[in-house]
Amino acid sequence: MTPTVVLPVIIGGLYAAGVYLLLDRSLTRVLLGFLLLGNATNLLLLSAGGPAGLAPILGYAEPEEMSDPLPQALILTAIVITFGIAAFVLAIIYRSWRLVRQEVIEVDEEDRRVAARSQTDADDIDPDDLAPEDRAAMHADTFAADNGDGDGVDPDLDVERRLARRYSGIPSDDVDLPPTRRRNR
Amino acid sequence: MLAVLLLHLVAAVLAPVLVRWWGRTAFLALAVVPAAGFGWVLSRLRTVTAGGEVTERIPWVPALDLEVALRLDALSLTFALLVTGVGALVLLYCARYFEPDDEGSARFAGNLTAFAGSMLGLVLADDLLLLYVFWELTTVFSFLLIGGAGTKLAARRAASQALILTTAGGLAMLVGLIMLGETSGSYLLSEVIADPGSGPLLVAGTMLVLAGAVTKSAMIPFHFWLPAAMEAPTPVSAYLHAAAMVKAGIYLVARLAPGFAEVPGWRPVVLGLGLATMLVGGYRALRQNDLKLLLAFGTVSQLGFLMVLVGSGSRELAAAGLAMTLAHALFKSTLFLTVGVVDHATGMRDLRKLSGLGRRLPSLAVIGTLAAASMAGLPPLLGFVGKEAAFTALWDGGLPDRTAAAVVLTGLVLGSVLTAGYTARFLWGAFARKPGCADSDLVHPPGALFLAAPATLALIGLLAGPFSPLLEPLVAGYADTMPLLAPEAEKLALWHGLQPALLLSALTLAGGALLFVVRRGVFRTQRRMAVGASADEGYWNTLQALDRLAVLVTGTTQRGSLPAYLGTILVVVLALPGSVLLFRAPWPGEWRAWDSPIQALVGAVALIAAVLALRIRQRLSAVLVVGVTGYALAVLFALQGAPDLALTQFLVETLTLVVFVLVLRKLPKDITERHRPRERAGRGVVAVAVGALMAAAGAVAMSARTATPVSVDYPDAAYDLGGGQNVVNVTLVDIRAWDTLGEISLLVVAATGVASLVFLRRRTGSVDRIDPVQLARQQRTSRRAPRGQWLAASAVLAPERRSVILEVVTRILFHTILVFSIFLLFSGHNEPGGGFAGGLVAGLALVLRYLAGGRYELGEAAPVDPGLLLGVGLLFSGGTGVVGLVLGVEVLQTAILETTLPVLGDVKLVTSLFFDIGVYLIVVGLVLDILRSLGAELDREVDEDDPIDAAPGEVIAR
Repeated sequence: MTPTVVLPVIIGGLYAAGVYLLLDRSLTRVLLGFLLLGNATNLLLLSAGGPAGLAPILGYAEPEEMSDPLPQALILTAIVITFGIAAFVLAIIYRSWRLVRQEVIEVDEEDRRVAARSQTDADDIDPDDLAPEDRAAMHADTFAADNGDGDGVDPDLDVERRLARRYSGIPSDDVDLPPTRRRNR
Repeated sequence: MLAVLLLHLVAAVLAPVLVRWWGRTAFLALAVVPAAGFGWVLSRLRTVTAGGEVTERIPWVPALDLEVALRLDALSLTFALLVTGVGALVLLYCARYFEPDDEGSARFAGNLTAFAGSMLGLVLADDLLLLYVFWELTTVFSFLLIGGAGTKLAARRAASQALILTTAGGLAMLVGLIMLGETSGSYLLSEVIADPGSGPLLVAGTMLVLAGAVTKSAMIPFHFWLPAAMEAPTPVSAYLHAAAMVKAGIYLVARLAPGFAEVPGWRPVVLGLGLATMLVGGYRALRQNDLKLLLAFGTVSQLGFLMVLVGSGSRELAAAGLAMTLAHALFKSTLFLTVGVVDHATGMRDLRKLSGLGRRLPSLAVIGTLAAASMAGLPPLLGFVGKEAAFTALWDGGLPDRTAAAVVLTGLVLGSVLTAGYTARFLWGAFARKPGCADSDLVHPPGALFLAAPATLALIGLLAGPFSPLLEPLVAGYADTMPLLAPEAEKLALWHGLQPALLLSALTLAGGALLFVVRRGVFRTQRRMAVGASADEGYWNTLQALDRLAVLVTGTTQRGSLPAYLGTILVVVLALPGSVLLFRAPWPGEWRAWDSPIQALVGAVALIAAVLALRIRQRLSAVLVVGVTGYALAVLFALQGAPDLALTQFLVETLTLVVFVLVLRKLPKDITERHRPRERAGRGVVAVAVGALMAAAGAVAMSARTATPVSVDYPDAAYDLGGGQNVVNVTLVDIRAWDTLGEISLLVVAATGVASLVFLRRRTGSVDRIDPVQLARQQRTSRRAPRGQWLAASAVLAPERRSVILEVVTRILFHTILVFSIFLLFSGHNEPGGGFAGGLVAGLALVLRYLAGGRYELGEAAPVDPGLLLGVGLLFSGGTGVVGLVLGVEVLQTAILETTLPVLGDVKLVTSLFFDIGVYLIVVGLVLDILRSLGAELDREVDEDDPIDAAPGEVIAR
């Protein structure tokens, strides 16, 4: 089929505006960008579904004259879903505003923390550093243990404290979340 | 066979309950299950030794060619006897090993029984993928059994180490099995072995499968998980790590050897790793002081021995291998159980501290000595018979290459010397009285039942030696599948006369005795020669490196900025599909300006609105201009010939505006600019590029539409099968109803999400109705005359916030709009409309009531829980599918019922109408949920000054 100039131009324009807004840090603008992208995509689907025709309703038109019904069915649900998602994002915006008086996509603290851990090990301890009773069975029988002089392990220090001492700069995942800022009323 | 496996499954599920009811006695009942399996396997012995086999095939996943194919032949039968027999005895042993009040024994019982079933399934499976499933099941249960309660760090580490190693091998094996299945053209194990095919894929697949076998059977360099797994309770060591699980690799190699021994690389890998493992295991066993560890390294060594025998691919070595497998299972589980008794009785396993147990526990000493003698290869025990058979086989045959046979024989003799050495050390350590060491105290003297299992196993090992000719038919049934390389086939027997193998046996025993006599020197030499590196440390360093890599990759790629991530994705979109579009796309040859001038005009409006949306920083205005693009789109839809779309788009756009306003009233008027000009320019470049890309994609897609669309038959199908004239609607509720079902489920999730984000701790708030009692009280205090409740707002809204005209008009229009929405719903099958449009119209009616009269008016208009609407709607839509099934059509296919009623005349009822009713209810529920939460609840918080905020000390993750 011969493409029109108008439809691609509208699609491109809506996409460009949508992407620009989507890359913003303000959640409201992101949502607006999302809506524009949704509209642009629906139009793209419809235009790719063939030239304009008559409504796909038997009795109004013969099957040959109809526009393709399949993309229409897909777009119809897409429209309603876009509405549902938009409502959900709006609820997120509201919640974000209530909690921190901002509706901004912040930098993810957790990601930054991982990025800062450039040379740390995993949360595992070298078997040689473990207290004897915590070693794997075969390690209990190494020659060092036979000598009875140990290898500098202080058995009083339990494993958790040892871990904490080793990674003192890095808080564990399940403690010390910053307290929620209370709303000033 | 399947019945036996299912019996294990049932027993495993019931086991924890039984143990809770009956205490440790329940193990006796559980032991009956593998014992029954043992009886069943034994009852098939005659069939199998006569050359027959027992098979069962039940289709499982036909689409994947996966079936439960079980097969019992001579090899399977041998291993099945071991698995069930030793399993029953170990469970019997558990009844006294555990203390009556042990915490974990309920879980342990379930895991051990389930393991026994998985292991039995593994040796019976005749389908490659089924074999893999059972293989991994044994891995998982082994993990659970080693880990125990998870309270000991060492046990956790050992368990995860065993899991990681054997699963890694298992995954390699899965790939290998698929390669083998594809090469040979069948996934039946028996057919694959009969005709493995050829080619490089066969070699690669074989190597991958061997990787699985090597890790499972603790061959070098993966041997270290087995000693570490000695953290597990002794019954587990006796069963999993002596008789059953580690034998899985031996079984697989033995199973594949008849067809795969000639595959290039098979013999070097199997024989090389086997020999090395035998020597290293024996060497390290000599220096262990923990009896259990000594046995563990001994097991590693023996597994290497077995691997050499069963992997050689000759009749005589295979026969020796099968006999040796039986012997090893018998003596090694006996020895582990013996150590368990020693540990239980004295509370220690260190052979330097144990002393004088032989005098105090004479029966145990006899049992242990019998088993140890079998391990060392003393006549007349089964271990001697097996070892003799192996030496004889290699002396004049066994391998095609004579040099290789000589090397292997030397290695095996050396390994056997080490075996005899650590056996003597074990016996001395466990039972001898040592100078300068006080006799060990017996804290818990073992009872008869505790000794029953090891005694039985030791006795069988003793009897099986002289009666070994009885095993010949079984062993031959497997071994005869392989070529005989020796001049003549030796039969299993205790006495073959004076021959070289006997001399070799004597040599190994003498060497072992020597090693024992000079044990202090051996120990000192080993210490002097100890190297710093070990496979265990290599494993740990590998894991560390993996972890560091993970941190590095995560740290470099996850910078924490959402715009940056989105930008990356978009740039990739521009680079990959964009370049394809530039160079490969079929560009349209000719263009039209427009379908109609109106299209161009509306398009211009939409574009202008979109540009304005970029520049406007006032929230409400920005929302409005975005809305304009939506309305413009509705017009474009109508021009394109899609009235349903136009209608839905128009309604949704209106609703979206309302929802926006509901939230934006709580936010500041303007959006603050947070981006530097440079960032804005970058965004602009990406945005324009993506826009150009999508415009080009749209144009190409339009011109590329040349094939007949899939929907060409939809109009006819819609009328004939779906019983409707509106093709789009029939597509939604019938032809592609599965899509719609998924999409309305998504709406339910979104609605629930909105509500929970606002209400936080409840699904939804209570419906705001006017409370008559409260109203009466208010009216008494107020000076105004009592009013009726036709308009709810008159009682609860301040006069300055009301618009009585709007309230009255809304109140009058409300029911009309509702009726119209129901009309849209019902007529949607033949005219524009349907569940989505109808539901949106009804939702708009509710919006009107709320906007006009506030939250109490909303409560009066819709006194139902939105969750109820959503649930009932989903039930309607999903239920329609089931009803269709009942009426004899496919799930979600329309069934048409026609009948003549007295007053209404001919009535034609399509079941898809109920699907549409479900859609209608869900859309109404969604709108109501939004109004309840973003509208009414936000009002209530302001009115009553009761914001739901975090309680002091409550942590909200954000």
